[in-house]
Amino acid sequence: MEINRCFSIPNILVKVRIETLHSFNYIGKQNCVEKMRFSEIKEILKEKTVGIAGCGGLGSNCAVALARVGVGKLIIADFDVIEESNLNRQYFFYDQIGQSKAEALKSNIEKINPAVNLEAHVIKLEPQDIVRLFDKCDVIVEAFDKAEAKEMIIETVTCEMPGKPLVCGVGMAGWGGNELIKVERYDNLYIVGDRESEASQDNPPIAPRVGVVSNMMANVVLEVLLGKDK
Amino acid sequence: MKLFLNNRDEVLDTSKEILTINEIREMKSFSFRSLVVKVNGKLVKRDRFDEPVVKDGDKVDIIHLISGG
Repeated sequence: MEINRCFSIPNILVKVRIETLHSFNYIGKQNCVEKMRFSEIKEILKEKTVGIAGCGGLGSNCAVALARVGVGKLIIADFDVIEESNLNRQYFFYDQIGQSKAEALKSNIEKINPAVNLEAHVIKLEPQDIVRLFDKCDVIVEAFDKAEAKEMIIETVTCEMPGKPLVCGVGMAGWGGNELIKVERYDNLYIVGDRESEASQDNPPIAPRVGVVSNMMANVVLEVLLGKDK
Repeated sequence: MKLFLNNRDEVLDTSKEILTINEIREMKSFSFRSLVVKVNGKLVKRDRFDEPVVKDGDKVDIIHLISGG
């Protein structure tokens, strides 16, 4: 089995890989995928709170992944309403077009895992809102669309909430290029994506790649929450 | 000047003892519109990009951001 092979990598090889990657790729700190019983995972996660800034392609898919594994509380925020063009990547349904993204995501997640405590805010997040809504969160997920908004939340968290883990998605437009998507860590800031595929009319973000990045972001959140990231 | 720039060791070819963020951007051809800059973990806002804030041995993160989400 693939997993068994993974765990049986000789230590010496693992060490070489860690040393090679250590200086620039935080994932190199891990020698393998962590494991724990799902009952133990849930026990830890049910005490945790994650803030999700934006409920579009990154936010809706990341929130669903975190809800499925049983993160206790999700604080989600978005000012926008669902349009038909969003359905190529966002976790909404055709009959939800016109509804608020934050409210619709709350309703979708409640159908997946009613045990999650969901706080939905229909709001265009400004720096003071980010501090007010996400101050108690264990991790914040940046899931905005615009580069300027990504810049704003990173600056806000760095200045107003130093040390708070922040997971951002940068570069996920187009398709293919799985091997270009990675995680890079700068102190408490994690950047997930290929760092170069900017979304535009000619290069739209679409489900597979947005799904990869949003789920990698959820995966980083789990590393932080389950303490495998030290 | 030796820096730990964007998680990598980097030697910049300069005789200056202190650099501004814009000087580093120019030397490295970092032309991104949206970016976040941290020096030794502390944020350096855009209005300070011409101030001398980087010295030998500093940890500098110049993180560029692009739209999509």
